[in-house]
Amino acid sequence: MACSRQPNDELVIRLSGCWTLAEGIPSIDDVRSECDGTAPPRQVRFDTQAVAGWDSALPTYLRGLMELFASRGIDADRSGLPEGVQRLLDLAAAVPETEVEAAFAGDSGLATLGRAALRHWKSAIESIRFLGEIWIACVRLASGRAHFRASDFALTIQQCGAEAVGIVTLVSFLVGLILAFIGAIQLKQFGAQIFVADLVGLGMAREMGAMMTAIIMAGRTGASFAAQLGTMTANEEIDALKTMGISPIEFLVLPRLLALTLMMPLLCLYSNLLGIAGGAVVGVGMLDLGVVSYFDQTRNALSLADFAAGLIKAVVYGSLVALSGCLRGMQCGRSAAAVGNATTSAVVTSIVLIVIASGIINVIDHILG
Amino acid sequence: MQAESPLVEVRGLTMTYGDFVIQRDLDFEIRRGEIFVVMGTSGCGKTTLLRHLVGLKSPARGEVLYDGESFWGADPERRQLMMRRFGVMYQNGALWSSMTLAENVSLPLEVYTDLDRSEIREIALFKLALMGLAGFGDFHPSEVSGGMQKRVGVARAMALDPDILYFDEPSAGLDPVSARRLDDLIRELRDSLGITMVIVTHELDSIFAVADRSLFLDPDTHTMLAVGPPAELRDHSPDPKIRQFLNRGRL
Repeated sequence: MACSRQPNDELVIRLSGCWTLAEGIPSIDDVRSECDGTAPPRQVRFDTQAVAGWDSALPTYLRGLMELFASRGIDADRSGLPEGVQRLLDLAAAVPETEVEAAFAGDSGLATLGRAALRHWKSAIESIRFLGEIWIACVRLASGRAHFRASDFALTIQQCGAEAVGIVTLVSFLVGLILAFIGAIQLKQFGAQIFVADLVGLGMAREMGAMMTAIIMAGRTGASFAAQLGTMTANEEIDALKTMGISPIEFLVLPRLLALTLMMPLLCLYSNLLGIAGGAVVGVGMLDLGVVSYFDQTRNALSLADFAAGLIKAVVYGSLVALSGCLRGMQCGRSAAAVGNATTSAVVTSIVLIVIASGIINVIDHILG
Repeated sequence: MQAESPLVEVRGLTMTYGDFVIQRDLDFEIRRGEIFVVMGTSGCGKTTLLRHLVGLKSPARGEVLYDGESFWGADPERRQLMMRRFGVMYQNGALWSSMTLAENVSLPLEVYTDLDRSEIREIALFKLALMGLAGFGDFHPSEVSGGMQKRVGVARAMALDPDILYFDEPSAGLDPVSARRLDDLIRELRDSLGITMVIVTHELDSIFAVADRSLFLDPDTHTMLAVGPPAELRDHSPDPKIRQFLNRGRL
């Protein structure tokens, strides 16, 4: 590319060589500095006889130039350009039929903040309405009028019960092991290794069993609920249910909520036992406690009330995971990206709610003694 | 007397998304047994109008009447009852993907009738056969082609023998032959069963092939421009916008 000035205020731009995307698109700064110099040209002409070949690189470059000339009020004579390029430039310059609305382009930070606040407010109202609808559906279920398919319910039970056993086994066993390790290091200093059994037993039964199971279920089942319902929303399947007069809350949310709330305590109990077994491996293998004495110590340390506390938590966590998964799925937009967001949001919401609920339940438990 | 009164009346209907008005002051009626087409360019609010007619979105202003009875003014239980009078076929079929084709068609029957399982399955298979899908009852939606999914959507919408069938873009995404077959099917169903058909589409071939009357929605002025038989609108409409649309952009 070369620029040359003619005596009559005319700029001639000579293009040569290969103008392809593989070669890259040169900057228009040379021409800009020419235009912004002390004596700007009044018209521009092109000479492209030496151009060997071109693809969309050339029109893209020229489009930048044309905008530059238009903004400087310089007359551009395009007759020197290849004919195909001229036609492409005309096509690109055609004004669309309907003006694109410059939506929210020049927004101030305050407006963005306000909009975000309104969005959250709307989402909060939606959540409350969702809870209300669930409550109504539960009442209808209790009076035997709710409609969902038993086969769906059974399938969901299988998905969030039996199929989760593997991962719960692994994680619970390791959590028990880790608890025992942490305890062993401290308790060894006092020669009180046997209390590792108490620590692991109480820790799993009251807290960690339910918590770890809930977090596994949030990532596994909560996310899958959100993805299933989100895809159904995106695919108008939820609308199809509504126009059939079938409540999606009853038909889709209720079986999932029930299944997870029923399966969580079972998984939690299983997790408690696996955790205690994990602790025993450390106690017996590392601290030289006898198998029998370890389990005796565990049995003495644990009361039924400890298990009950864990199971109540499991029920609460289970319903929270199911509710947030289903809520995010039902709120999902109508695109593939929205389904992804719904899934992420479901997991985050579940975990936040689990931690908050755990805090509240522990405080209540403490007050009630 | 019954036969003379319109089946669906739309009076002063205004549709909005938030503050944005999509269409205002729509006034038209759908007659018993006719094939009524809602047409217009992309984004003019055709599908939104459908969502108002079938109870998925409530109007900002105005009223939809079925047999003279207010649809949105009715209490929710009564509205549910009125909704049972129509079936809807969604743009991509919207089949419940976890169920087989036969189960998709069976579900409304399970919910609303006291028939036993084998009878319901018989009916579902019959409806599928009507749509040319005999033998596909145990397939899942993902295992059949797009055109078949749409026909299952029609079969499901017809499960409860509705008075009105709504179609959202029935021929979108179909090859010309399948689209033509679906058009023929719509006409055939109307002729043999007397079901009133309301079709949202922008496919000119379909419009001229099936429509008795049509409604044109304009995205620029946000209101309806005309109601009438499409061929008449194409040749005699005073509005160049409608003639342009119906002549594929040529004036």
